[in-house]
Amino acid sequence: MEKAVEFARVGVHFAAPRGGRHSVLRDVSLEIAEGTFVAIVGPSGCGKSTLLNLAAGLLAPADGGVRVFGESLGGINRHAGYLFQQDALLPWRTVLDNVRLGLDFRRVAAAEAIRKARSFIARVGLAGFEDRFPYQLSGGMRKRVAIAQSWIVEPRILLMDEPFAALDVQTRQHMENELLGLWQESRKTVLFVTHDLDEAIALADRVVVLTVGPACVKGVYDIDLPRPRDVAEIRLQSDFIALYRRIWSDLRDEVRHAFATGER
Amino acid sequence: MSDRRRVLPLQAGVFALLVGAWQALAASGAIDPFFFSRPSAIAWQIWRWMASGYIWPHLFVTLAEALLAFVIGTASGIVAGLAFARIELLAAVFDPYIRMLNALPRVILAPIFILWFGVGMASKVALGVTLVFFIVFFNTFQGIREVDPVLRDNARMLRASNRQMLRHVDLPSAMAWIFASLHTSIGFALVGAVVGEYIGAARGIGYVVAQAQGVFDTTGVFAGLILTAAVVLCIDLAIHRLERHLLRWRPGRT
Repeated sequence: MEKAVEFARVGVHFAAPRGGRHSVLRDVSLEIAEGTFVAIVGPSGCGKSTLLNLAAGLLAPADGGVRVFGESLGGINRHAGYLFQQDALLPWRTVLDNVRLGLDFRRVAAAEAIRKARSFIARVGLAGFEDRFPYQLSGGMRKRVAIAQSWIVEPRILLMDEPFAALDVQTRQHMENELLGLWQESRKTVLFVTHDLDEAIALADRVVVLTVGPACVKGVYDIDLPRPRDVAEIRLQSDFIALYRRIWSDLRDEVRHAFATGER
Repeated sequence: MSDRRRVLPLQAGVFALLVGAWQALAASGAIDPFFFSRPSAIAWQIWRWMASGYIWPHLFVTLAEALLAFVIGTASGIVAGLAFARIELLAAVFDPYIRMLNALPRVILAPIFILWFGVGMASKVALGVTLVFFIVFFNTFQGIREVDPVLRDNARMLRASNRQMLRHVDLPSAMAWIFASLHTSIGFALVGAVVGEYIGAARGIGYVVAQAQGVFDTTGVFAGLILTAAVVLCIDLAIHRLERHLLRWRPGRT
């Protein structure tokens, strides 16, 4: 299978406030096969988002390189859609106008953009809300708009940075199931960052555990749970629990270490 | 809306109290009407100006100057603010000069502008522009700097070109800041016009005030000032309407 994203010994560091430099990622090598759902977990502040920004091309690595479908990445990754942790909808645009934004940027004809946007809004279950402004929607609804916004331009790779972290548990499980449903139809490559191991195992084909910063890959686990899955029910299965135990024993050390050193 | 119903009578009450006190003090001789005039005399003066048609050409000239200064100052302020916020080198090089120019007392420039541009409208417009420009410039600059980086990253991932970024992300984002500066700068545009006229002109409200002052007619001076203030209030109301329409996407504002 073709490699969608390939990190080859990447390193990222920023200038520290008191001189010297602060390493965020060190010697990270990772391959993401096309069509797989990969979750990246690690203690908070370990550089998970930085890895995603590298794949997006929003950030260039100091060492090593990133390849996308075999080509070295320089600048924005044009195969990728990005779902941010924070709200990234334009508050002055309605739902419809937000969803069609990527098409507008590509100068798609208005009639076509509106038709396509309406169908995507319906797919994320928001038909009838086209003329609302973001502030008139709940957090979960805004996330759905954001999903439609990033999927409408049909990216081959989806980058997600703790997209559901700010939602309450029920909304969150509902959104996770919807995400799996949408993903099942398209089988795009997904890079999903989370600090929640439950969420990672429930959603992904593979789980990558990062160490505390400067982060490197601690372990990669195949999640061979059957699909389609229901995220609420799968957590109760014995296979799930066995996998959780195995991965948690790795992750636990890193989380403890993160707290012990006060690293962020 | 119920707020408005409560505030309006209170505002009218404050007005009645101030004007009533002024009138009573002047009538009783506690303050000298020669220096302080009387509200009734001022109202009568404004009415006479309007009825005789004397004031209209002056008002028209002042308004034209103020609006021109407002439009030119705002447009150039927005363009310069954008450029400075997005081009680091430009901001770094010109920063001290901009600060210096802004610290300049603009009233001192009035006589120089009259030398340069003559006693006509141009010198007043120029003075107004120097006042309006900096207010709009600084606010636009700050507004663009405060654009949420996540909005920009998201737009970049959706393949926005630089121009699209400016039009769909940066400018709408800075709009709240820019509008805040417009309320202040419309007043300053009028100040520029009136001060310019006061120092040297043959027409305009500032000229009318200067003439009245020349013959110790305090009533005329006050009438001119009040007329100016009323005009500013009307224009500001129009800006407020426009703002409410353009910023309707913001929550919890009526």
